[in-house]
Formats: sequence, C-alpha cells, structure tokens
Amino acid sequence: MTTTMQWLFVAALAGLPLVMHDQYFFHVLIMMGIFTIGAMSLNLLLGYTGQLSLGHVAFFGIGAYTSALVSLGFDIQITETYTFVLAPKPAWFSLICSVTLAGLCGWFIGKLSFRVRGAYFVIVTISFAEVVRLVALNWVDLTEGPMALNNIPPLATALPGFDSGPLQRKIVNYYIVLGVAVFSFLVIKRIIQSRLGRAMVALRENEALAKSVGIDVTRYLVLAAIASAAIAGAAGGLYAHYVRIVDPDVFLFIYTVTMVIMVVSGGKGTLAGPVVGGVIFGLLPEFLRGHTVPEVQWMIYGALMILIVYFLPQGIVPAVNKWWTAYRSKRDQVVATNVSLGRNPQEQEG
Amino acid sequence: MNTHSMAGSPVLAVNNLAVHFGGLVAISDASFAVDEGEIVSLIGPNGAGKTTAFNVISGFLRATQGEIVYRGQRLNGLRPHEIAEAGLVRTFQKTSIFGNNTVFENVLIGLHRVSAASTWETLLALPKVRRRERQLRDEVREILDFVGLGHRGEELAGSLAYGEQRLLEIAVALAAKPSLLLLDEPACGMNPTEALSFRKLLSSISERRITILLVEHNMRMVMGVSDRVVVLNHGKIIANGPPAEIQKNPEVVRAYLGHGAQKHA
Amino acid sequence: MEQLLQHLVNAIILGSTYALLGIGLTFIFGIMRVVNFAHGELYTFGAYMVYLFSVILGVNFLLAIAIAIVLGVLLGAAIEYTLLRKLRGADVDTTMLVMIGAWIIMQNGEQLIWSGVAKSIPTPFPEEPLSLGLVSVAWSRVFVFVVAIALIILAQTIIQRTRLGKAMRATFQDRDTAALMGININVIYLATFALGSGLASAAGALLGPIFIVMPTMGNLAVLKAFAIVILGGLGNMKGAAIGGFVLALVEEFGAGYVSSGYRDAMGFLLIILVLMVKPTGLFARSERIG
Repeated sequence: MTTTMQWLFVAALAGLPLVMHDQYFFHVLIMMGIFTIGAMSLNLLLGYTGQLSLGHVAFFGIGAYTSALVSLGFDIQITETYTFVLAPKPAWFSLICSVTLAGLCGWFIGKLSFRVRGAYFVIVTISFAEVVRLVALNWVDLTEGPMALNNIPPLATALPGFDSGPLQRKIVNYYIVLGVAVFSFLVIKRIIQSRLGRAMVALRENEALAKSVGIDVTRYLVLAAIASAAIAGAAGGLYAHYVRIVDPDVFLFIYTVTMVIMVVSGGKGTLAGPVVGGVIFGLLPEFLRGHTVPEVQWMIYGALMILIVYFLPQGIVPAVNKWWTAYRSKRDQVVATNVSLGRNPQEQEG
Repeated sequence: MNTHSMAGSPVLAVNNLAVHFGGLVAISDASFAVDEGEIVSLIGPNGAGKTTAFNVISGFLRATQGEIVYRGQRLNGLRPHEIAEAGLVRTFQKTSIFGNNTVFENVLIGLHRVSAASTWETLLALPKVRRRERQLRDEVREILDFVGLGHRGEELAGSLAYGEQRLLEIAVALAAKPSLLLLDEPACGMNPTEALSFRKLLSSISERRITILLVEHNMRMVMGVSDRVVVLNHGKIIANGPPAEIQKNPEVVRAYLGHGAQKHA
Repeated sequence: MEQLLQHLVNAIILGSTYALLGIGLTFIFGIMRVVNFAHGELYTFGAYMVYLFSVILGVNFLLAIAIAIVLGVLLGAAIEYTLLRKLRGADVDTTMLVMIGAWIIMQNGEQLIWSGVAKSIPTPFPEEPLSLGLVSVAWSRVFVFVVAIALIILAQTIIQRTRLGKAMRATFQDRDTAALMGININVIYLATFALGSGLASAAGALLGPIFIVMPTMGNLAVLKAFAIVILGGLGNMKGAAIGGFVLALVEEFGAGYVSSGYRDAMGFLLIILVLMVKPTGLFARSERIG
C-alpha cells in the first residue's frame, strides 16, 4: 500500500461521521479500532521480530486497569500505618499512565524472556498474562476482583464542548480512537523503516547472522516488546474509558487469539496486514450476529484461522501484493512486447 | 598503517585455547596468531576443530581455557555482537543469509553497525538520520558492486544461485566493516570458475586492509591465497607456516592421508 | 505436621494426573515439534465422555473411563490425519496456529453441545475416606492415582519396549534418518498424536469425576500442561513426569500456606522463574548451536 492510499483510507474514515448517523455503527467501528491497535502492536513482535507473544492481552489489560484506577483514584495499604492514596486524575493523564506502565511491563517481559525463543517465548508470555489475570481477580482491595471497576470516566468529556448527546459522544470517541490508531501506525512505520526495524527483521530471519554483523538482538527484542506493549496499553486504556467498566475478563485468552487472527490473516510482518485483518475480524462478528450464537461465531473464527494457515499462509496483504505485482508485470510485459516486437528489455528470471 | 606486503604485529592472538564439550575435547591447547593485513588459512581434516575455533573466536561458544586477544582487547566472555563491534566479523559454514529479504536489504541490515544513530534520533527521524540513511543506500550499492552482485539488488536473497548466495554472505559481512574477517569455508560448493573469481575477491578484500582468517577445504585456493597456513588436527596445532613449507610438512601429509586424501580435491 | 502430610498426599495424587497430561503434551512436541494447544480440549473431551457414558447412558463407571480413553485416542488420530498431516515440515508457529484454531472450534463445540452449565459425575466409590494414620484420602482419589500411575507405566512400556516405541524414539532422535531407515513417518506421527491425546483424555476422564466438568476446564489444563512440560524441558518425558509432581507440590503448598486465590498462579510464576534461570527447562539436554 502506498502512502497516498494510506492517507486516503484515513481520510475516508475521518469523513464517515459526515454521512453516517447511527450510534451502533460507530460503536462497532470504535471496538474494531481498539482491537486493530492491539493487532498492530502485536504485529511488531509477532510479525517483525518473529516472536509469537500469546500473552499480549496482558498489556492490553494492564493498560485498561491502569487507566481505570488512575482516573478513578485508589488506595493501597502498604504498611499498618501508611496507605498510598491516589486522588482521581483526568482521563487523558490516566491514558498516558496506561501507556507508560504497559511499556514498563513490556520491558520487563522482554528482559525476562530475552534468552528464550520459539515455543518457550510463547509460554513465558502466556504465563505472564495468566499471572496478571489472577492478580486482577484476587487483589480485590485494588481491582474489586470479579465485581469489576465501574463508572470509569470517559475520555470524551475531556474535550470541552462535546457532551451534547450519545451520538456526539460516540463520534468524539471514534475520532480519539482513530487518532490513536493513526499515531500508532506512524510510530510502528517509523520503527520498521529504520535501522531498528531492520535489526528486528534480522532477528526474525537469521539470529546467528544478525549477531555476527554486530546486531545486539536482545536490545531490539526488548525495544520491540516495549513499543508493542505500550501501544497495546494505549488500546487497553481507550477500551477502559470507552466501555467504562473493567473486569478480569479483559485478560481472556480469546482476546489475544482475536489479535493473533487479525495479524496472521492480514499478513504478519506487513504494515497494512493488521489493519486489513482488524477490519475483517472487527466487522465479521457484526455480520454473524443475528445469524448465529456466539459459540458458532467463535467456531467460525477457529475454522478461518486454520483455513488461512492452509491457503493464505502469508496473509491477505502479501497475497494481494503478489497478485498485483504479477498483474502489473504481465501488463508491462505485454506493452514491452508490443514495443520491441518480441524482445523483452527486462531480464526475466525463471 | 600496515599493508598487505608489510605484515606486522599480531592483531589476533589465540593463546592456549581449549574447548571441551562435556568429556569430548574439541580443541586442546591451541595457540596461533594472525598479523595485521595477513591472509591466514586454518586447515585440517574434518572434525579437527576448525569451526569450533571460529565459534569461540566469534563468541558463539565459550572457551574452556585460554584467551583470545584482539588488538589488545580480551574477547573471552564477550557476546557475538560485541565481538563484531570490536571489528571481527564472521561468516558461516552453511550458507547464512536473510533469505526472505532482497539482496539490497541484506547488505543494508549488515550496515547496522555503521549506521549508528540512537534509538531516539531514529524514532524522531532527525535530518541527520535521514541523511545517513541515504548515504547507507550508496554504501550498499558500492559493496554489492564490489562483490559483483550489483545487478541483483532487487532480487530475493533466497532466490539467488548458490555461488551468488556465498558472495552475498561476504557482502553482508563486509557491510559490518570488519578489520578482521573470519570466513568459514566460503568457497565450499562453488564451481571452479566461481572459485577462481572468489580468489580474486579475497585478494581485493585484503587490499582494503582487511585481515582474513580463512577455513577452507579447497587446497588450491588455500595454497594460492594464504600468507600463512595453520594446520589443526585432533584439536591440536600441528603446523604453522607459509604454504610452501606446509605442503612439504610430513606430519601434515600424514594427518591428511590418515583421514582420507579425497579432501584435497 | 498432619496438615503438611495431607498436603503432600494431595500433591502426589494431583501430580499423577498432571504428569499424565504433561507426558502426552511433551511426547507430541518431542516427536512432532507441534505445540498442541488442543491438548486441554482432549482433556475436556475425556471428562465429557465419562459424563456421557456413565451418567447419561448408564454404562459402568470403569468402562466409561476406558471408553473415554479409547475415544480420545481416536479423536487424536483424526485430528492428526485431517489437520496436521498436510503440514509436515511446517514451522512450529504454523502448526501452533492450526492447533489454536482446533482448540477454539472444539471448546465452543463443547459449549454448544453441553451448554456452559457445570456437570458432576458421581463415582461408585465409598464415601468413607481411606485413613492412613495421620492423613485420609478419598477412595475416588486413590483410584485416580492408581490408574494414572498405571497409564504412565503403560505409556513408558509402549515407548521403551515395543517396535512402535522404538521407531518413535528413532524419529525423536532424527526424523530424516529415521525416514531413510524405512520408518513410516506418517504412521509414527499418527500414533504419537493419538497416544498423546489418549493420555490427555485419560487425565480428563480421571479428574472429571473429582472436580466438575465444564467446557472451559481445558483452558487451565492446557496452560498447566505447558508449565509441566517447560519444567521438565520440552520433549523430555521423564522431565514431564517430574514436572507434573513439582507443579502439584508447588500449587498444593502455595495454596495451603500462601494464598488459595493464587493457587493457579503458582505454576506460572514457577515457569517464569525456571526459564529465567535455565531457558531450556530443568531437565533439558542442551541443544547445539551452529
């Protein structure tokens, strides 16, 4: 996808409120946007460093809980006599906190698992997510456990003059999510198209060779983990302020799976892949709704995952790219043949 | 500055190196040195410990005993990327490239070490960083032309012919700006024509003031390009000297014949 | 003291089923290089089959367990044949994604068939626990322990003593060489996945009647199986057996002396700690690089 196409896509999304006036429509887009941000962040680890993080929802959940707690205020009794009290903070500030804390956790996981690869990395990340979920479930004094944190202040009110009606609030939320998504995309793009991204790809493609030319692979794995976790934390923060209720179910493994499906179907290791996957799997439940029960919807997800691995192992974006390149070279070839009467100036490889 | 002809003080010193895998002794008490600007070949029958020595020098394996000193810096305990940072860059016995990337990108990745910019500078894409990126692209072209892959830049590395992949490995290693290049059987699998032009490439690398330590089975190449040959057998160094001397050394002949002379091919 | 012994006995009994679960998973990984995320679903499947045959169809309890194990073996074979056979030589991530897909399908299928309401399976054993001096154990648990140990020994015997087992071990050492020696890799893989699945199904069939049966019971089971396998080193069967008991001990004592809410977190903390100290698991042979 060219940069022009990317901006056209964003412009089209930004123009939607002009033509659409349905609350539910924007609700679907907001949720889709939040999960697409999550998928983009996962892609940085899974797609570019080649390390499958199946605990990605931990960063999302940490972001959600941080945003909820900072904006609601909390107290932790540290000793018998000393209690740490945090007064409620504005929503924009709590969102920054969620990005920061999730990023720190990413750093921690990156450091922790820097020596493990492949299946071991997967399991460390799953374990981390489970531990965090169990903490959220059991530390009732802080998190309310299964009773959930309620009435989280919305981000939308943080903007003055925009609280007239439910549709307006949805639209403001929509723009906030769109803004964060675009910003995240640009950050990831910047990383990928620099020496940082090249080092990550080198780790994925050939770790020994990467080391031998002087790439400190650990450093870049940790860096990818930090960026990835921070962006996932932002998605979690947005989720908390939008849905306004957070319970330990935000750590459900199925959310990680949703993000993984988005990345893999769209095309891991491509910038546009998670966005394409995010749009498809963000909208799919809405098409399935009314036709099926949730169980069948999930079964369809599972089946699609298997089918994608079988038939589109690289994902949709690389497949389309390949098709497009083949189509263009065929067209060029026809032109070239016509011009040079059978002699193709371009060298063709078998 | 030392040049090829006036080899001087040792830049790499391997002192009393020993490597054990459990009870297995891969290298026992090996010492040798490589002088500035030299092309030194490390030869020996299969299983003599050549690749092990490479792995230890480049930090992929730990020495059980002994030390490795490069330009006064002790390399023991350093990690592979730190050793590359010190100027020692290796290639691998089995072809090792970034197969899913283009040839151009392969070399660009190799330039990581010299593309130095801090993470923040890179994230903010300061003008300085952008300028450097443009320079890097020129450097990639220069390196690809040097090894003779200039016309292959846009192709996927994995789709290159075998001999070209071996050249690409050299290009990637050169991109890391080594002062000492460790080549592990670089000509293995090349046809005679390719091997011949590869010999020329080695000489022109040497002319760039890059010291070369070579592990190679192709004896014609070893004897043709080396300033000095070090012979390993059963983890011990049995000979060390100029090619002409080595060829006449009875112990070397015995070591090779004992293990089958077919390796001379 | 009494409490300590009681915890110890509980841990050993729980550990035997954990070992069963872990051996099956590590077996599949060691030979096939497949990280089987559907392992927990075979565990769930085993429990539901006991429920189906014993409670709904009124088959004898012991027979129901035997049927559940056999069906688990068959289901495993079917999964291998339909999903994994075409992916020979694919990397670990690829097969892992397929198995995650299978997991989601199976779990939601179970939810659809059995609904989310938990089921319980009555056992034919006496209510009165077996008293062993200071500690007492429910007869149903003694049964679980005996059967689990018997199955572990059976699995070991198959691997160590039979021709099939020999071929499996050869494949474990080096697949390509094994294939060159005339071993039919497809048969070995089918048998491996079937056997591993049978063990998971057995663990579910045994634990189902002790705990409760519900569609999501496999989630924690598969994660714990991973924990066990990591503790023992991926692909190491003896390690998995030990890992099963270690995990059970840590959980039991963690729950007893630290906090019961964090019972399930103990295993995961243990994994993280083990991998920090020894990235290839406690009993793994170190792999050669290069």
